[in-house]
Amino acid sequence: MSQSISSQLVNLLAAFLLLLAFAMLSQRRILTLIRLFAWQGAALAVSTAIVAWSTGQTHLYFSVALTLLLKVILIPWVLHRLIDRLFVRWDVETLINIPATMLIGIGLVIFAFALAAPISQMANTLTRSTLGIAMASVLLSFLMMIVRRKAVPQVIGFLAMENGLFFAATSATYGMPLVVELGVALDVLVGTFIFGIFFFHIREQFDSLDIRHMEKLKED
Amino acid sequence: MTHIPGIAFQILQSMFVVLAAPLLVGWVNQCRAWLQNRSAPSILLPYYTLAKLFHKDAVIARNASPLFHLTPYVLFGCMWLAAGIVPVLATDLPFAPAADIIALVGVFALARVFSALAAMDIGTSFGGMGARREMLIGFLAEPAMLMTLFTAAFISGSTQLTTIVETLAHREFAIYPSLAFAAVAFLMVLLAENARIPIDNPTTHLELTMIHEATILEYSARHLALIEWAMAIKLFAYMTIGIALFLPWGIAEAGNWAALPLAFAALAVKLVLAGAGLALIETVLAKLRLFLAPEFLSTAFLLAVLGMLTHFLLLT
Amino acid sequence: MEIALVLGVPLFGGLLLALVGHKRWAPELNALMSLVSLAAAALLTVRVIADGPMTAMEEQFFVDPFNVFLVALTALVAFTTALFSRPYMRIEQHHGRVNTARLRLYHSMYQLFTFMMLLCLLSNNVGVLWVAMEGATLTTVLLVSLYRTPASLEAAWKYFILCSVGIAQALFGTILLYFAAEKVLGPGGTSLLWTHLYEVRYQLEPTVLSLAFVFLLVGFGTKVGLVPLHNWLPDAHAEGPTPISAVLSGLLLNVALYAVVRSKVLVDGALGRNFSGGLMMGFGLLSVVVAAFFLSRQKDIKRMFAYSSVEHMGIMTFAFGMGGPVAAFAGLLHMTVHSLTKSAIFFTVGHASQKTGTQNMADIRGLIEQSPAIGWGLALGSIAILGMPPFGVFTSEFMVLTTAMHEHPWATPFLLIALGVAFAAIFGKVQPMVFGETTAHRLPHPPALIPVFVHLGIVLMLGLYIPPYLVSWYRQAAALIG
Repeated sequence: MSQSISSQLVNLLAAFLLLLAFAMLSQRRILTLIRLFAWQGAALAVSTAIVAWSTGQTHLYFSVALTLLLKVILIPWVLHRLIDRLFVRWDVETLINIPATMLIGIGLVIFAFALAAPISQMANTLTRSTLGIAMASVLLSFLMMIVRRKAVPQVIGFLAMENGLFFAATSATYGMPLVVELGVALDVLVGTFIFGIFFFHIREQFDSLDIRHMEKLKED
Repeated sequence: MTHIPGIAFQILQSMFVVLAAPLLVGWVNQCRAWLQNRSAPSILLPYYTLAKLFHKDAVIARNASPLFHLTPYVLFGCMWLAAGIVPVLATDLPFAPAADIIALVGVFALARVFSALAAMDIGTSFGGMGARREMLIGFLAEPAMLMTLFTAAFISGSTQLTTIVETLAHREFAIYPSLAFAAVAFLMVLLAENARIPIDNPTTHLELTMIHEATILEYSARHLALIEWAMAIKLFAYMTIGIALFLPWGIAEAGNWAALPLAFAALAVKLVLAGAGLALIETVLAKLRLFLAPEFLSTAFLLAVLGMLTHFLLLT
Repeated sequence: MEIALVLGVPLFGGLLLALVGHKRWAPELNALMSLVSLAAAALLTVRVIADGPMTAMEEQFFVDPFNVFLVALTALVAFTTALFSRPYMRIEQHHGRVNTARLRLYHSMYQLFTFMMLLCLLSNNVGVLWVAMEGATLTTVLLVSLYRTPASLEAAWKYFILCSVGIAQALFGTILLYFAAEKVLGPGGTSLLWTHLYEVRYQLEPTVLSLAFVFLLVGFGTKVGLVPLHNWLPDAHAEGPTPISAVLSGLLLNVALYAVVRSKVLVDGALGRNFSGGLMMGFGLLSVVVAAFFLSRQKDIKRMFAYSSVEHMGIMTFAFGMGGPVAAFAGLLHMTVHSLTKSAIFFTVGHASQKTGTQNMADIRGLIEQSPAIGWGLALGSIAILGMPPFGVFTSEFMVLTTAMHEHPWATPFLLIALGVAFAAIFGKVQPMVFGETTAHRLPHPPALIPVFVHLGIVLMLGLYIPPYLVSWYRQAAALIG
């Protein structure tokens, strides 16, 4: 596979990733949200594998395996289990209506692209132009965390943000050193479990996973 | 007289589009029937319907203005014009420089304005409602359509459809993520603009949901036939635009008679597939509630904008 | 070797206490583990004094004058807090607010939290620093919600979400940093090692580094509690158990600020001084002013002192932002005295609220009558934190102020007003709590007040006389920070 084809493939996957970020932003159903998240992980794994293959960076294969295991299989499975146990399949609320969210999203994408443009020009990696997309998907996930009222979508937003960061790492630098990547993966995993524990505690106390119940602590 | 082959091509193409359009509609209907486990009507049914309508006497409301009479002809003319601009079989047609993609969108808009005006002309409540809805859809679909076309235009550096198609058809193979975005957006616009299923249902006259049908409720006989025919051409034109932009391989150059059979065969195959795909989409999806239509179209717009943005970012 | 010991002891302690943390003697074991870590940290310190900076384990860890004193401080405060938590958690258990299962979680997480902070400080790898920082959040988040009350859950959720999001920004900054470093140092593990980065800091790409710094500052700044990213801080402090408030305020914020300052050094090398310093001064000043004005509106005693922490972190950020040997020296000194004073205050506050059964300041009255030690501890601690001479906080604040007057006169009035407002607010609220008619009652276990007076004693000493080896440390660290 030539350099240019693989770089085009990575670009295509990057675009797909961005599309998924928007899809998640517009999605109302939690179940679909989890599925989209798994897709995002899969796209991430494939693009990392392409980068690994075309550049011969063997340590990236570990990241691929880790991504597949963690983000495509384990975390979606855990989330599925959670929502099964908590009966929150059909939560459908956002703070701002979806078209408005989308417009803000486009604004964020433009912002991210503008921010990334000067940096991308310095990169000599084959996937450099995707840095902007990575930044955009981080910002979009951030937006998703802001506009969602329920706990589970917020967490998925957080995980998606981590996906974007991971993509930034592979696209700008062929991946961080392995120690760091392992550490990050561990943090994400532990974080997911803690989130899971939290869901149960929150449910126990508030009988709902709606964050609006948790607005008591503020300055009056 | 170097123009002669070009002009011949132009005439051939225009006639071909006008004549083949009902066939495409028939094919889509047939596919849909198969997919829904119904026994399919003849693929020629739209021609019979048109013929039947042309033989009937027109019934026209007493208070109808000349605009009402005029509209079917305008619609048909607009669509025919569009069919002449779009490179269906060949690029570099002599007529093509007369209008670029912006003008093309303008031609469609003109048709829409007339159809809305005519719908309100009689003064029935359904007409007004249909016109309002039609304008709502159009007002949302047009920017998305333009953005889609711009994405393609940016890649080729021109707003001339023929130039775009030539660049895209004769380039080296390359994956354009921006075009992928644009293609999805275009598909969504196509569905909305042609009164297809997630937005409108072309087969019902349910007063609460109909959009396009409500605007032509007062027409009958030859007027109705012209409008139906125009709609068929519109669908055909949209599909060929889509094909020209996103799957342009095999298109011929004007005057190159040798390439014509190949171009023709390629187009036929693509249209058959596209028609089946459209039927599939219409079968799989359910109609959206009317107030979700803006969301659908704003998604299309969003995708088109994203396509444009990714084009700038990922200059491959 | 010493480094392995410093890191190994709390890690081992965390794992051990995960098994036996529910036993009756677990608090003592907890304190013992902290004592061993402190001893290890002391050994490390002695070694560094003798041999100078060093690296270990293929340069993955390093010690220099800047982090060694923070390691010592962290180990010390972790130990004294463990001492304090021994009776405190027993009383909480007596009051039925925690059960043995949660105590096990508490003790295990306490040690792991210490481990994460020490890892943060000692790691030479900027990526591992990030991982440890996130780890510190993860280990404390379940402690903030230890009581499982609605308010504590809300606080923990807020803490978790805000800090995770913030720290994600910091990861982006780290990636950008690696991206810039890779160009100079080549791909692979060494490009994230701080010592290597430090050597090539003048060659790093300025555009990338400036963007990286913005992300790092926002990310770690969330953890520092800089306004406007401070929202989690008062809640987490107020709703968690008091020992956790003490270590959050006294240690975690320092460690986060340490990460910011480490990044600043690199960015300054690549860019020249103004950019990062200006940002930090801006954030710092905003934190000081906003927190000072929020102080007077607080009703909850722990919330109030949490805002006071925001204010003091603002002062430090401002000091490091100004840069230069004096300001950096003042910043380091302030870091030390603030964490000692603030943890001492939280110790007394914890016992005071246990005695009165409330955290509401209006209901805490006349501590000095019922328990002079707690009353005096709170009074002296408050006076110290307000920057009254002869305590060490006065020295550092004075140095910050004089440097600001000299180099950035525009900032001085803001600082002075904020300090004045903070003084009025805290003094006005603490005074009736200490004196007057009492509402307090006896505690089922004798409170641990030795840590309070040890801390206050050190702070007093630092105000009157800074030992020469400490001065030379601070000088070296300040020279490093620039």
